[in-house]
Amino acid sequence: MSAAFRDAFLSALVSLGLFGPIVGLQTVPAPGGLALRMRPVLVGVLVALVFFGRLLFLAFWQMRRAGGAKTFQPLLSAIEKAVPLRQTGRFVAPLLLLLALIWPFVVGRYYLDLGILVLTYVMLGWGLNVVVGLAGLLDLGYVAFYAVGAYSYALLAQFTGLGFWACLPISGLLAALWGITLGFPVLRLRGDYLAIVTLAFGEIIRIVLLNWVSLTGGPNGISGIPRPTLFGLSFSGDGPGTFAGFFHLEPSPIHRIVFLYYVILGLALLTNLVAIRLRRMPLGRAWEALREDEIASRSLGINITITKLTAFAVGACFGGFAGAFFATRQGFISPESFTFMESATVLAIVVLGGLGSQLGVALAAIVMIGGSELFREFADYRMLVFGLALVVMMAVRPRGLVATRRPSISLGAARAISAEMVAQGRG
Amino acid sequence: MTKPAAMPWLLCVENLMMRFGGLTAVDHLSFNAERGQITAIIGPNGAGKTTVFNCITGFYRPTSGTILLTHPNGAEYRLDQLRGDHINRRAGVARTFQNVRLFAGMTVLENLLVAQHNRLMAASGFGIRALFGSGRYRRAEQEAIDRAKFWLDRIGLLARADDPAGALPYGAQRQLEIARAMCTEPILLCLDEPAAGLNPRETEDLGALLLQIRAEGCSLLLIEHDMKMVMQISDHIIVLDHGRKISDGPPAMVRADPKVISAYLGEGEDSEEQTELSLEQKA
Repeated sequence: MSAAFRDAFLSALVSLGLFGPIVGLQTVPAPGGLALRMRPVLVGVLVALVFFGRLLFLAFWQMRRAGGAKTFQPLLSAIEKAVPLRQTGRFVAPLLLLLALIWPFVVGRYYLDLGILVLTYVMLGWGLNVVVGLAGLLDLGYVAFYAVGAYSYALLAQFTGLGFWACLPISGLLAALWGITLGFPVLRLRGDYLAIVTLAFGEIIRIVLLNWVSLTGGPNGISGIPRPTLFGLSFSGDGPGTFAGFFHLEPSPIHRIVFLYYVILGLALLTNLVAIRLRRMPLGRAWEALREDEIASRSLGINITITKLTAFAVGACFGGFAGAFFATRQGFISPESFTFMESATVLAIVVLGGLGSQLGVALAAIVMIGGSELFREFADYRMLVFGLALVVMMAVRPRGLVATRRPSISLGAARAISAEMVAQGRG
Repeated sequence: MTKPAAMPWLLCVENLMMRFGGLTAVDHLSFNAERGQITAIIGPNGAGKTTVFNCITGFYRPTSGTILLTHPNGAEYRLDQLRGDHINRRAGVARTFQNVRLFAGMTVLENLLVAQHNRLMAASGFGIRALFGSGRYRRAEQEAIDRAKFWLDRIGLLARADDPAGALPYGAQRQLEIARAMCTEPILLCLDEPAAGLNPRETEDLGALLLQIRAEGCSLLLIEHDMKMVMQISDHIIVLDHGRKISDGPPAMVRADPKVISAYLGEGEDSEEQTELSLEQKA
């Protein structure tokens, strides 16, 4: 008991050290500059919260270890047994899909925009999932391919006058090409080294975009990127050749937003479809085998380099598609949109969702992007809550929301494989 | 053993040398392995057996020397120069590992399908045909599943085909690793201590499986410490000590070789460490 008090006291001391300067001292505008205002009460309240919170936590921990564990832990696993992943997936995934399909008709402009944003990240997550989740290659520079896709479309449209639908595949191919170009030198690296080099590659692309002013416009970016059309029908204005004119509708800016929403939904579903099919194919199985054991894969005659390169190329290709969509949606791009923060967010989505799980990644994108958008008003505390949520998440479910692996093929009924069995890959 | 006039040796190792810095793990080793036989490499711990294996299966590039594999159709492969994955894919050499290396998070069936990667990949038109679900790919996949089922049936794991490989008991994992290697349809199967950690019953099953594999035309190269099994199933034994060959011949001859006995029992300074492998085990 005294140990618990000592522990709680130490926690309170640490929080005093932290909150003292951060919360306790506030600068306020005063005549002649800034004045320092003390807030001892608030600090006291916070420290007390930490003290009692820690005590409660320790008590709970004690209970769980003493006997609670016997009721608590089996309860969790019983729930997971009773509602196996396949079944949850069977209900949750179609529900999500249905919701995604009717979303534009049930919500307003703000939530529609949010939906587009979330779906962009879902698509990026699914793309990165091929590289990180299936092949087990830690890629910290995924934003590079997103940037390549976006700039490919913007520049192609600017110099050749091609439309979105013509440029989309080209952007994807160019991004895939960059994936392969990056892949060749780095794929002999493993684990942490691979992560560092991909991180550097992401930064290199951004800095080149920033400094190649004659081509990319540097920090000013590229504006006036053409908007997508529906079989040649444009979404701006009225009259023949426009969407509103053709269908005899009242011209409204919402038409384009709804259209963009369905474009990204389609692209994301395409990513999902290809990823799911690839997983059941020899190539996808080879990716997973690489993640599990590279040496054994080689002894079975699998070409490691080619297999890793295809994973990189496929992931990069989807990143490129998403980038092209981003460019056409914004109408303006600049290197600022392609910082390391984007790579980190997408990676966090994949890790939170559960490596290799399509449904998990979609859920994680909704929670992470949707959640942080909804809490925009509490901008100051957003990152704090976000960080806390990540820590809690990793403590409770270290292998992500959907931590089980579903076999790619089975003789009888497929049973999910628990995460403890599945390797995470060492690059 | 005399070499048949028409048929060249299956595997011909000549002057193989492997140095790690100042340490010579394999020192001018030459031996031959005959087609359709079980050739065992034995020797005390640290004799360089696994190093020889790693040279043959392309995990190490030998410092010098040649390793020549000749297929029944006369095609010759220099294993010391071949790229890692080509050793299996082109030359048809499969291997298992001293510490089992299965894809633990994948099911037993998936493990066996990964082993047929190259065949399936060719049938899938490098993914394009499979993406659209063509009939040719589906047939190839069904064949691969049938082959996997055949091996699972043989090692008695058909009922556990959908379980993760990591959840199998140790003995079954060892057998699955052999089945996985056999699914690549090799002409030479290299086994690195397949009986390590098995109980006598499992060892017996393993011996029967290996004899069956030999009867079906696949040659075997075997590293093993279980002398009882080695003496029972091998056609030809090569004994290594400190990276050199000290004996080479049929089991009866090797067993009687005084150099082999002294290598195992030790003489002079390192006698105490070596006595763990007793004579009784050898007989």
